[in-house]
Amino acid sequence: MTYSTIAIWTIIIGIGIGTYLIRFSFIGTIGRALLPVWAMRLLRYTPVAVIPGLIAPMVLWPTTTGGEPDPARIAAALAAAVLGIVTRNVIAAVLGGAATLYLMLYFIG
Amino acid sequence: MTAATTKSDFWRGLRDGSPFILAVMPFGLLFGALATEAGLDFFQVMSMSVLVIAGAAQFTALAQMQDAAPVALVIAAALMVNMRMAMYSASLAPHLGAAPLWQRTIAAYILVDNTYAVAISEYERNPENSSRNKVAYYFGSAVPSWVFWYFSTFLGAYLGQSIPQEWALDFAVPIAFIAIFAPLLRTIAHVAAALTSIVMALVLAFLPYSLGLFIAAGLAMVAGAEVERRTAGRAP
Repeated sequence: MTYSTIAIWTIIIGIGIGTYLIRFSFIGTIGRALLPVWAMRLLRYTPVAVIPGLIAPMVLWPTTTGGEPDPARIAAALAAAVLGIVTRNVIAAVLGGAATLYLMLYFIG
Repeated sequence: MTAATTKSDFWRGLRDGSPFILAVMPFGLLFGALATEAGLDFFQVMSMSVLVIAGAAQFTALAQMQDAAPVALVIAAALMVNMRMAMYSASLAPHLGAAPLWQRTIAAYILVDNTYAVAISEYERNPENSSRNKVAYYFGSAVPSWVFWYFSTFLGAYLGQSIPQEWALDFAVPIAFIAIFAPLLRTIAHVAAALTSIVMALVLAFLPYSLGLFIAAGLAMVAGAEVERRTAGRAP
């Protein structure tokens, strides 16, 4: 990691304050404004809109392999996704993904 | 309204929020360990968990930092992940809004996915309860996730220094993320948002500083909302 101490603290405090203001927004200012339906609808999708796009390049082009696609990591990601969707269980998805990754790395390298 | 009943609301919330300890612990451990390994010192790792208390946003920041994104874009990406909390805040406001400001100040601080999910389903079951009962329940439901987020981050940061390289922990972030978002794919609209996000992020990966991610996420939100609007019929 190549950040200066000041940069790291700016990140930590910036996210802290920003997140607090988001949380406080409506609970704190009750009675002034309510969010329109379309905005609630958009916000509902922020996690599934951001997270898959964030990890897709990490899965396909991992930095540890110098950006070369790696069968073990792709298989592990797929295993975690399938287990997560089928079982709806976060722990099962993590364990399944980790097991797949280690088995693939062990057998294929 | 007697003190005894508010107290029982608090304990009921605590009981309903306790199962989330199991969900919080692995991510706190992982965050503590990965952030330490990435080069943040102990005080920085703990400060992040105390100031932010939001696993997905903290992992997002970490991923962006490992990608050497500019400071402003690290913050922007993490806050974008947390924008959903504005929706939580808006939908809890009618239930908690009558509480004194100091209580709402604390309530906002501990508003996380788990608390929201537990509290809002309680308010839908018992809408006639007074604001005081609702606030007591809310704090009870939040305490387990809150306390164990600190504790597990602490443990992870402590243990993280001794995790060997061969464990391929670099890939723990994607796996953890997939585990968080896969169970969220409840409806066709969620699936549409996720697919849009993946495809557009890969197509736009050539853009510098993760700018592609922001465009992809914006389009994915619109895709999810639009599919929801159409599948829900003519509702406004």
